[in-house]
Amino acid sequence: MLTILFDGVAYGMLLFVLAVGLSVTMGLMNFINLAHGAFACAGGYLTVVLMQRFGVPFLWCLAIAFVAVGAVGALLESTLYRRMYRKPHLDQVLFSIGLAFMTVAALDYLMGSSQQLIQLPEWLKGRTEIGSGAAMLGMGHYRLFIIAVCAGLTIVLQLVLSRTRFGSRLRAAVDDGMVAAGLGINVNRIFLVTFAVGSGLAGLGGALGAELLTLDPNFPLRYMILFLIVVAVGGTSSITGPLAAALLLGIADVAGKYFIPKLGAFIVFALMIVILLWRPQGLFTRQGGGK
Amino acid sequence: MHKRSLIKALGAAPLALASWRAQGQQAPFKIGLIAPMTGPFASTGRQMETGARFFMAQNGATVAGRKIELILKDDTGTPDVTKRIAQELVVNDKVDVLAGFGLTPLALATAPVATQSKTPMVNMLAATSAVIDASPYMVRVSMTLPQITVGIAEWAPKNNIRRVVTLVSDYGPGLDAERTFRDRFILNGGQILESIRVPVRNPDFSPFLQKVRDLSPDALFVFVPSGVGTAVMKQFAERGLAKAGIRLIGTGDVVDDDILNEMGDVALGIVSSYPYSTAHPSAMNKKFVDEFRKANKNLRPNAVAVFGYDGMRVIYEALKKTGGKGGGDALLAGMKGLIFESPRGQIYIDAKTRDVVQSVYVRRVERVNGELYNVEFEEQKDVRDPPRTR
Repeated sequence: MLTILFDGVAYGMLLFVLAVGLSVTMGLMNFINLAHGAFACAGGYLTVVLMQRFGVPFLWCLAIAFVAVGAVGALLESTLYRRMYRKPHLDQVLFSIGLAFMTVAALDYLMGSSQQLIQLPEWLKGRTEIGSGAAMLGMGHYRLFIIAVCAGLTIVLQLVLSRTRFGSRLRAAVDDGMVAAGLGINVNRIFLVTFAVGSGLAGLGGALGAELLTLDPNFPLRYMILFLIVVAVGGTSSITGPLAAALLLGIADVAGKYFIPKLGAFIVFALMIVILLWRPQGLFTRQGGGK
Repeated sequence: MHKRSLIKALGAAPLALASWRAQGQQAPFKIGLIAPMTGPFASTGRQMETGARFFMAQNGATVAGRKIELILKDDTGTPDVTKRIAQELVVNDKVDVLAGFGLTPLALATAPVATQSKTPMVNMLAATSAVIDASPYMVRVSMTLPQITVGIAEWAPKNNIRRVVTLVSDYGPGLDAERTFRDRFILNGGQILESIRVPVRNPDFSPFLQKVRDLSPDALFVFVPSGVGTAVMKQFAERGLAKAGIRLIGTGDVVDDDILNEMGDVALGIVSSYPYSTAHPSAMNKKFVDEFRKANKNLRPNAVAVFGYDGMRVIYEALKKTGGKGGGDALLAGMKGLIFESPRGQIYIDAKTRDVVQSVYVRRVERVNGELYNVEFEEQKDVRDPPRTR
């Protein structure tokens, strides 16, 4: 039982890191970036290439995936995405899903269509088990590592948002970009930095997920659905919302597959439907917030 | 003016010569090979194509005076594309034989085309038992899932495996494997604790494997398409199922030779049943593997490569029997009842069922000369597709 809960939390945490960038950019710029999964995928593939071809240690790969994908995100924001903010939503969706398709085709061409595998360092491979019987808690060290990293990231993000000058500017820009700009806040710069960090987090999530999720060229499209569910259920106005949504979905998915294998992957979607019927705005929405 | 017409005449001469030469020879014998060259099953398509081309390289591209022409088409793993390609091959290219088919739905989509045009269709993989009934023009050189599943279902009860959980991918071949294993295993006195079906595209096996662990059977029987096997195996080791005394058994798809060596030590000791292993100890197979690897950048041939190789042999032999004439019904008659030695051992095409009859081997993953191989230790001879023996 506890093992299932533990696995669910690890899966949920991973989903959160992957999706939080999408949530923030969606809330901030009112822009639906369907290519978000492509950034995650890029991080995963970068890790695979660095580890397999160049023998870079795993932890360094994580850092490089974050920085490199963040840099690519910044570049794309300033050259491509910025032009799309004022366009209608349909254009934005078509544009970003086009980017996702291009990524899929490019990865298929460059890396082949088969699933990519990485070899974790020895210290992450083990497993610790406490207790016995129904109360037994079995913790894979890698999942423990994921939970630790993601929890750390969550705290840092929360602190940045609530305690720093950048955070308050960001929140101001989310609430009302026009007035924030009128107060002398450089909204464009905030967009750029936020987009870059969001992409970087996706890259990091992809790198972390290379072991747990199936990393193949279809990754951006397959996991995009899960990211969108996290954002839809969690709302876009805070990071606690997506965090709770990701954890809920992660636990529900793992527990559903364990207890009712026949329904398998359907549990997540059923849960989303129920939650959205109950609260169409998502689980956590501040009253009087932005649009 | 004179000059120009002279140049014209000179220019036309080689063309005229070429067309005269072509008329002198017989038209080439065309084989349409339809395989998944892109998409999730691309590695299967690559093995199939390489196997077929390797047979042509070894045995020459001329049979009974006719030049063999192999036309390769990518079906992208989708049935409607496969059907369209098959139609184009039959109508436009006028192929004499259709071959390939990496997945059951692809073979089913092509079957009506083969029947209507009376074109023999050599099935080089699609392994769901019932596929063979889709067209009277189909001949299967690969295997059927019930045929290979019986091997492990016979072996397990004799080796202290009494209680088993099955885990299969939820599609045709998976259900075939699950049903065959359950029927045969229970018949031999075994007990199935739970039958788990997982989606074909499944990101995370861990909850399913946790369930298996909590049921603590003697062994877990697995069928998943090759490629997905690695994820199962990694999770199996990570969850500590092996430490809890649960053994991993399955059909050979889980430990596909194409990727076995990259799986690492987690694969060691897995017992599976299959018609071919790269480590099959026969003189013919040693020669086959050595030359295949030399010709293809050290690529390790797996069962699919052998199926492609044998499929070409079946076509060659049938064409020889017709004396180079070809023709759908004559070729089909030539294919039925063929017996020959394949790198996997002796196989034969049953004239009545058009299905392959072959030995099924029980093998264990071991490290040989630093590389992982499926080492065969038990042979079951002349195994047919079981539902047909009843």
